Amino acid sequence: MSSGPLLTVRDLGVSFTAEEGVVRAVDGVTFDLLPGEVLAVVGESGCGKSVMAMTLMGLTRFPNARFEGTAHYKGLELIDAGEEELRRIRGAEIAMIFQDPMSSLNPVMRVGEQIIEQIQAHEGVPATEARERVAQLLDRVGIPRARDRVDAYPFELSGGMRQRVMIALALSCGPSVLIADEPTTALDVTIQAQILHQIQSLRDETGAAVILVTHDLGVVAEIADRIAVMYAGRIVEQGTVNAIFYDPQHPYTWGLLGSITRVDRARPERLPAIAGLPPSLADRPEGCHFRPRCPHEFDRCRDVPPLVARIDGDDDHLDRCWLPVEEKRERREVRPGEIGLGRKPGAAAA
Amino acid sequence: MARFVVRRLLSMLVVLFAVSVLTFLIFNVIPGGDPALRMAGRQPDPAQLERIREDWGFDEPVYVQYLKTMGQLFSGELVSYSTQQNVVAEIGKRLGRTFSLAIGAAIMWMAFATALGLYTAIRAGRLSDRLLTILALVGISMPVFWVGALMNYYLGFKAGIFPNGDYVPLGEDPLEWLYHLILPWTALSLLFIGVYSRVLRSNVLDTLSEDYVRTARAKGLSERRVLVRHVLRNSMIPIVTLWGLDFGAVLGGGAILTEAVFDLQGVGQYVAESVDQLDVPPVLAVTMFGAFFIVLLNTVVDIVYAVLDPRIRLT
Repeated sequence: MSSGPLLTVRDLGVSFTAEEGVVRAVDGVTFDLLPGEVLAVVGESGCGKSVMAMTLMGLTRFPNARFEGTAHYKGLELIDAGEEELRRIRGAEIAMIFQDPMSSLNPVMRVGEQIIEQIQAHEGVPATEARERVAQLLDRVGIPRARDRVDAYPFELSGGMRQRVMIALALSCGPSVLIADEPTTALDVTIQAQILHQIQSLRDETGAAVILVTHDLGVVAEIADRIAVMYAGRIVEQGTVNAIFYDPQHPYTWGLLGSITRVDRARPERLPAIAGLPPSLADRPEGCHFRPRCPHEFDRCRDVPPLVARIDGDDDHLDRCWLPVEEKRERREVRPGEIGLGRKPGAAAA
Repeated sequence: MARFVVRRLLSMLVVLFAVSVLTFLIFNVIPGGDPALRMAGRQPDPAQLERIREDWGFDEPVYVQYLKTMGQLFSGELVSYSTQQNVVAEIGKRLGRTFSLAIGAAIMWMAFATALGLYTAIRAGRLSDRLLTILALVGISMPVFWVGALMNYYLGFKAGIFPNGDYVPLGEDPLEWLYHLILPWTALSLLFIGVYSRVLRSNVLDTLSEDYVRTARAKGLSERRVLVRHVLRNSMIPIVTLWGLDFGAVLGGGAILTEAVFDLQGVGQYVAESVDQLDVPPVLAVTMFGAFFIVLLNTVVDIVYAVLDPRIRLT
């Protein structure tokens, strides 16, 4: 599986013309997605992560939307692909699991029918065969009595079951890329773990690459290989899970990591939070967008910091912060090994 | 399902009873409503009036008169006060005309409104949407007697493209039947097309922003399939209610103006003439006939509802 990247995104920009002006939801997003990896896209609500994910499937082509940059998938340019080309990719090559399983399934269609519809849109499979495949898929994603549930309506299933149906739907045509847009946000915690486990084991079985859009760092720590942290439409830091959790470079990442509460610690007086609010995407501060909320701001922050590797010897760890690496390590309040993963693997001998 | 049908039948009886009592009482309190006076002609002598009252039973208490009239209606013996003709037979003669008008127009307005509503919703905000919106409002604003008369005069009488009034039964000559009904259908449909397409347009716009429509697109379905299977089906549910009510009303003789303008001699025109004569038996019969269809179509609507949306249970 060590061929080149499956998906190559370069300088992706998405803006919408709205009443308050031009909203730049996604700005200069660049990343590669390797086969079989889980890339987590992390950030606060409204940072552009969902728009970015949906744009890859051409689901944001509204009349008021403008696109820049490129996204290559298997020789196809997704951003300006024709509708028919995109249609063949959607569901078959790149599939998506949406945030809210309550509203993402058609309420008046049987769930089996909704999956069969996708299979038949891409493969000339006879109805009985498609139906059999759906029953197997539902069984595989952990739906009990799957054979009977093929004919169930969404309202007859619980939230967790519906999300499993969404996963079965996404997997039904064996996609190479699975985009999961906050797949566990609408579910309660016990179901969340099951769904994540489900996504992970399916990745292992099928070798599909996963883009996991989330604001939940606990989720990320659990299943991601690499992380892209987004803030106000830009990726501000990108690297492996270990790199981000143990050696975070961007002050925004520090804030995100610092705001996780842990049950194995003494309860803090107040939940730690990043001061201030994210900027409006229609009126973003010049230079580094995090500047107004950043306690470490200095002169240079008025220039846009490029997303580049700043640590010697680690070309995969990129960030957008002008502070020198040594200074970051001194200033950040998150100490290595404190968040998420317990002990850093390989550092145990010390 | 059986319980649902029984309940609906019972509620139909209640509605029919209420409608018949109200209609009967209204004509009893209307000034100049005394049928004996009308029957006796000008300057009747008291003895003659008395005899008519006795013969027709107008001297009896209201509830006895009501029960008698209803008995006659259901045994098919009810006759008009003014023409003395059998009311049920008269309605029967006109039934084919009214049904032809209603069914054809209902199909026409539903088909055009669906196409127009879907199209304007997809093109929302563009020039074609705006033009069609204006057109729909014009359709809503034009009274049927006016637009019907214009059609009749210009397309029928002057240009001679369409027959000027008149009616040919379907069984006699289907093509002529169609030819003769095109103008009445169009005139009757215009208002409904306008209203329904506006309602459907806003329903489609709401449905288009639903998450499951995004899911349908993400599945790689063709845009056509997304629109028909996922958007239209969910947007049609409220339209079906409207359609059932309006279709029921037109079936039951509600298209009085259209029938009159094109001189179709349907049930609606019959009741209009009877109201003019303050002739209670036909009015009562047609009113109940209309109420029957409205309740019936409401029941049909509820069944269609449950088919369209499985979350709805018939109880």
